[in-house]
Amino acid sequence: MSEILGDSAASSEAGPAVAVGDQLPELKVHLTRADLVRYAGAALDFNPIHWNEAFAKGVGLPDVIAHGMLTMALAGRVVTDWGMGALVDYQARFTRPVVVPNDDTGALVELSGKVGAILDDGSIRVDLSAKFEGRAVLGKAIAIVRP
Amino acid sequence: MALEQSFVGREYPPESVYEVGREKIREFAEAIGDPRPEYVDVEVARSLGYADVVAPPTFTTIVNLASINRIVNDPELGLDYSRMVHGDQSFTHHSPVVAGDRLEVTTTVESISRRAGNDFITLRAEIRTEAGDPRVTTKALLVVRDADEEQA
Repeated sequence: MSEILGDSAASSEAGPAVAVGDQLPELKVHLTRADLVRYAGAALDFNPIHWNEAFAKGVGLPDVIAHGMLTMALAGRVVTDWGMGALVDYQARFTRPVVVPNDDTGALVELSGKVGAILDDGSIRVDLSAKFEGRAVLGKAIAIVRP
Repeated sequence: MALEQSFVGREYPPESVYEVGREKIREFAEAIGDPRPEYVDVEVARSLGYADVVAPPTFTTIVNLASINRIVNDPELGLDYSRMVHGDQSFTHHSPVVAGDRLEVTTTVESISRRAGNDFITLRAEIRTEAGDPRVTTKALLVVRDADEEQA
């Protein structure tokens, strides 16, 4: 898994103050077939649509696709890397597949997040985005962080 | 084919215990590209107040998926697994999952519906330690795509 971490310019000097609209440092990850196989083993999710091209095409997919749960875990990293507290509630909708070609480059997934609200109990709502080929692959991806 | 409506409300009690292992947490953390010190280093985890290395937020997908598979593979439900996709997923954490936790899962079929030829089933899993301490509540929405539509 090769990746590029964004600048964390916003979070350095001002301390832990968080404001609605703050952008979290973004994360770009290239997912390869090897990453999918590794995740399948770690998560014990052996659905063949994530590693068997013939099977994936046989059920109408364009090619092997990444586990939705892997994309969700990567988006969660935007929150945990931010370091503003514990991720206590996390939800996402799987709206489009991340199609992973059989090459060394893989599929580029772009993950970002911004502060959507500060809740009454002081928790922070982060609205997350995961994009592949410029289109959202997660919908309503929301993390609640407890500082 | 519609799913068997009588499954709504059905509760599946734990059938086994899943013991969270340090190396499984490390393996999962590395697979999501996130070997944070509290996931892999016991001393760091303890210095942060955890009893042992802590699991990443979506780690309990492992036991959640096992509980989903147990239900969707029940032939009486009438679910075509090859047409099933994961619609959405949530994790609500009650307390951190750490290595050494012995987890049990109780899963409930919350709802079954049919819209535009697609079947929807929502499963809620309560993940607790053997001693009954709540760890995580997960909810999964599974979608079974319409077979007729694709053939048309």
